[in-house]
Amino acid sequence: MESLMALVVGILFAASIYMMLRRSIVKIVIGLIILSNAANLLIFVVSGLTRGAPPLIADGAKQMAGTVADPLPQALILTAIVIAFSVLAFAVVLIRRAYEVVGTDDLDKMKDTDT
Amino acid sequence: MNLEVVLPILIPLTAGALSLALWRSVQLQRLVGVVATALLLAASIWLMRSTIDKGFLVVEMGSWPAPFSIVLVADILSAIMIVLTGIIGLAIAIYSLASTPPGHERFGYYQLMHLLLAGVAGAFLTGDIFNLFVWFEVMLLASFALLTLGGERAQMEGAIKYVTLNLFSSALFLSAVGLLYGMVGTLNMADIAQKVSRVENPGMITVVSLMFMVSFGIKAAAFPLFFWLPASYHTPQVAVSALFAGLLTKVGVYALYRVFTLIFTQDVEYTHTILLWAAALTMLTGVLGAAAQFEFRRILSFHIVSQIGYMLLGLALFTPLALIGGVFYIIHHIIVKTNLFLVSGITYRLLGSYELKDLGGVYRQRPYLALLFLIPALSLAGIPPLSGFFAKFVVVRATLESSEYLVAAVALLVGLLTLYSMIKIWAEVFWKKVPEHVTDTRRLNGDIKDQRSWAYYTPVVGLAVCTLIIGLYGQPIYVLAESAAEQLMNPQLYIEAVLGGQPE
Repeated sequence: MESLMALVVGILFAASIYMMLRRSIVKIVIGLIILSNAANLLIFVVSGLTRGAPPLIADGAKQMAGTVADPLPQALILTAIVIAFSVLAFAVVLIRRAYEVVGTDDLDKMKDTDT
Repeated sequence: MNLEVVLPILIPLTAGALSLALWRSVQLQRLVGVVATALLLAASIWLMRSTIDKGFLVVEMGSWPAPFSIVLVADILSAIMIVLTGIIGLAIAIYSLASTPPGHERFGYYQLMHLLLAGVAGAFLTGDIFNLFVWFEVMLLASFALLTLGGERAQMEGAIKYVTLNLFSSALFLSAVGLLYGMVGTLNMADIAQKVSRVENPGMITVVSLMFMVSFGIKAAAFPLFFWLPASYHTPQVAVSALFAGLLTKVGVYALYRVFTLIFTQDVEYTHTILLWAAALTMLTGVLGAAAQFEFRRILSFHIVSQIGYMLLGLALFTPLALIGGVFYIIHHIIVKTNLFLVSGITYRLLGSYELKDLGGVYRQRPYLALLFLIPALSLAGIPPLSGFFAKFVVVRATLESSEYLVAAVALLVGLLTLYSMIKIWAEVFWKKVPEHVTDTRRLNGDIKDQRSWAYYTPVVGLAVCTLIIGLYGQPIYVLAESAAEQLMNPQLYIEAVLGGQPE
C-alpha cells in the first residue's frame, strides 16, 4: 500500500510541476492545486499508514491499547487543506482579475515588470 | 505565563479585528493603526528587556507540557526581530497617514497591515515547525492582498509571479515538514533538534534540510530563486513596498538562521558550503541587476537581493563572529532599506515618477531631503561611520578569518557596486536639474503644500536617526548581536529552555 501511495504522490508532484511550467496562468493555478494535494498526501504517507485502528481510548481504559493510527498527520493535513483552500481561492480571483486587466493569459506577454 | 511573549502577536491581531469593526470610519482605523503599532513597539522593547534579563522565555499554549503543545519561544534573536518589526510597523503606520491613496484605505489596507505584522511576529516567535508554516501563510495571504490592492496592470503581473513562487515554496516547506515528522515523530523544534541525530539514515536528514533551504531560500530571495522579488516589489503603493522590503524577506532569513543553527547542524560541511556559494552569488547577481536598472524602486529591490547575500554569508560561515555579523547586518538592513523606500515615496510625491529620467532637481529645492536620502544610502554602501560600515566590517572580517578570500573579495566588490548604484540615484534624482520634459513641478517648488507632509518626514527622520545611532553607538548593538549569536551557537541552551531537561 505504501509503495503504491508513494508512486501516486510522485506522479502528482510531476504533474503539478509540468503544469506550472506551462505558459497559461490558468494551468499554473491548476498546477498549484495539484501541488498542495500532493504535499498533503505525502504527509499522510510518510507518517505511516495504519488501517482500521482509530486513536480512541476505550470506555474505562486509561490509555490506548495496541497499535493505533497517528492522529497528528491528519490534523496537519486538515490545517494545510484549509490554508491551501483560502490561498488558492485568492489565486483564482487573481488570475481572473489579471486576465481582465492584462487581456491575455499568456505569461510570455506579461513581461512588463521583468526587464 | 510570560505575557510579553504573546503580546507582539496579540496586539496586531486585536488591532486588525478592531479596524475590521471600524470598517466605515477611516479616521478611526488610522488612529488604531498608529496606536497599535506604537503599542507593538513598546511590547517588543519589554520583550527585549526580559530576554536579556531572564534568557529564553517559553510559553506553552494551553499549558500542555513542551513537546506536545505548540510553544512560543523568545530568545535574543527573536526579540531583536520583534523590536525591528515594531519600529518598521510604527514607521509605516505613520507614513501611511499621508501616502495611502483613499481607495486603498476603504478596501482594508489597515486590516491587512495588522494581519501582516501578526504573521511576521508569529513567525519570529514560534518554536514549532508546523506553526511556523501557519504563520508564514498568514503573512503571505496578507501580503498577496496588499500587493494587489489597487489592481493596476503592473501589480497583477508582479503578483502572479510573487504568488506562484511563494505558494510553491510553501508546498515545499510543507512536504519537508511532513518528511521530517515521518522520521523524528515530533514537530517541536527543540525536540526535533534533539532527535535528529538519532535518525538511522543521516543522508535523509540532509535531503530534508536542503528542501528547507530551497523553500526558505525562495522566501528570502536568495540566488537563484529571487526572480519574484524584483518583478513585484516595485508595483504596489510605496508604503506597502517599504513594509515588504523591511520585513518579508527577512522572515525567510530568520527561518534559515533558526533551522540551520538549531536543527540541521549534523552535516555543516555540506549544507553550509552550499549556503556560502548561494550567498556569494546572491550578492553578486543582486548588485549587477541593480546596476542595469533606471527606476528608483527597482534599483532598491535588486539591492534587497544583494544584501540578503551578506546575511546568508554570516550564517554560511557558521563561526561565532560570522553570526554576530549576520545578526548585526539584519538589524542595519531592515532599518536602512525601509527608509530608502520611504524616501523614494517622497520624491514620487514631489515629481510624480519613479523613473530616474523623470526625476531631478530635488537637492536645489529640498536640501534636507537630500541629506535624509544620503544617510541610509551611504549606510547601505557601507561608508563609515554609518551602520552599514560596521555590519559589513564584521561580516567581511569573519569571512577572512575563515580563509574564504574569494568570497570576501566578492563582498567588498559588491559594497563598491552598491555605492555606484547609490551615486547613480543621487546624481539623477537629487543633483541634476529638473528635466525639461517634466512640466508639473508645483509640488517640488512648494506651490502646492501637502496637508500632512509631517507624516512623510517623521518616519524618514526617525529611521535615519536609528541608522546614525547604530553607527555612532555601535557597541551596545554589537554586544546584543554577540549574545544572540552565542545562543545560536549553543543549540543545547534552546533545547533545555524548551524541554526543561525533562526525561525524553
